[in-house]
Amino acid sequence: MSTAVTEEQIEKLVVESLETFGADPGEISREATFEALDIDSLDLAELSQIVHEQFDVELKGSDVAEVKTVEDAVKLIASRV
Amino acid sequence: MQPVLVTGVGAVTPLGVGARALHERWSAGVCAVRDGEAPCADFDPRDFLTAKESRRADRFTQLALAACEEALADASWSDELPYDARRIGCVLGTGIGGISTLVDGQDTLRERGAGSVSPLAVPLMMSNAGAGALSMRYGLRGPSYAVSSACASGAHALGCALRMLQNGEADAVVAGGSEAGLTPLARAAFSSLDALSVSGISRPFDARRDGFVMGEGAAVLVLERGEDARARGARALGVIRGYGASSDAFHLTAPREDGAGQAEAMTTALADAGVAAEEIDYVNAHGTSTPLNDRAETSAIKLALGEHAKRIPVSSTKSAIGHLLGAAGAVEAVATLLALRDRIAPPTLGLSEPDEGLDLDYVPGAARPLQGGAERPALALSNSFGFGGHNAVLCLEAA
Repeated sequence: MSTAVTEEQIEKLVVESLETFGADPGEISREATFEALDIDSLDLAELSQIVHEQFDVELKGSDVAEVKTVEDAVKLIASRV
Repeated sequence: MQPVLVTGVGAVTPLGVGARALHERWSAGVCAVRDGEAPCADFDPRDFLTAKESRRADRFTQLALAACEEALADASWSDELPYDARRIGCVLGTGIGGISTLVDGQDTLRERGAGSVSPLAVPLMMSNAGAGALSMRYGLRGPSYAVSSACASGAHALGCALRMLQNGEADAVVAGGSEAGLTPLARAAFSSLDALSVSGISRPFDARRDGFVMGEGAAVLVLERGEDARARGARALGVIRGYGASSDAFHLTAPREDGAGQAEAMTTALADAGVAAEEIDYVNAHGTSTPLNDRAETSAIKLALGEHAKRIPVSSTKSAIGHLLGAAGAVEAVATLLALRDRIAPPTLGLSEPDEGLDLDYVPGAARPLQGGAERPALALSNSFGFGGHNAVLCLEAA
């Protein structure tokens, strides 16, 4: 499965998740920071869980702590699939 | 000691969104029980919460947030907090806490495994989630916590808030109770105890009563000391004159038949208020519609008030909205204060034939004006008793 996952698919999942968490869809872009989107540590814990379920990628708290933007998250996940 | 005033109230109940809906509809004889339960059918969390706030809150917290918004607006706190935020406390009672979240988490665990259980499960289900949410949303930085004593939780929370103000631990306290337990698990569990009404009718003190009807909802009250409230030009709705609490130390679910433990709480509340039994104009009964409670409570009222018990109206809010468990004490305090303000005793709905030996004036049929002169504000006791033998009674006075 991992070889078939594209960055576009990852980005789509991340964006959908952020919308579910209550981020304003109009504000979501690759450059948007989680702080600006009001995405906090609990949201990132949920995102880690979703990513694990969808792509079988394990993200630790210390990994996620370094993630500041949507792009950071997409690239981190892409580097692990 | 300075009086502790109620300067704002808010409620979400099966009778509608708003304290006014509760007061006006109950007083008009409207019963919110449908198919044996009393949900808050008019409540839409989206009217009060953003999508993010909504998914960060179990329904019991959502109900509390809505009630709190109304209470703070009623107290004219909406624009800014009138006290140093570090001096504003928050106490919220709940009997069960986030039971829907707990059940969902358990289902997820069984169906999809441990790795799929939401990281939001604990922060939503914990009993203090409501108090935490109110504190965070409004920036209340004084002491905040949950109080849990089953169906006495809401009254205990108000008692704690009263003491917090009297002890000078805070300059204002936002306090109340919330419950959202209408789940198959709670239904099954209360049914197994034979506590729920099989007929699906809440008719406290009636010979045919066969258990309580489960409801849901929340109420929040804003409490301030008299001088502070007057200094900021606040309008007072009423006064929490006194509070009494006791324990039956008798049985996990049944009250003492003689009502002695409950009477002790009533007597203590009167003494705390400095009010004589003969001054009480109305009793808002716990009145669950269970065979055991209504009999024991009738004994308790007679023990505490003596001959005066037969001269005053005693009615049950639960006849209109069912039993709101941990929210009941707070919701009933709001209903009582508004009834005192209007000098009426709202009715015990569904009561047509009082059970043998239950011989107080339970106000069957329709609301009635309170007797006695209007030369002084009306006084009431509001009773709340919980599984575990917890008894909490508030002595309330109109402003």
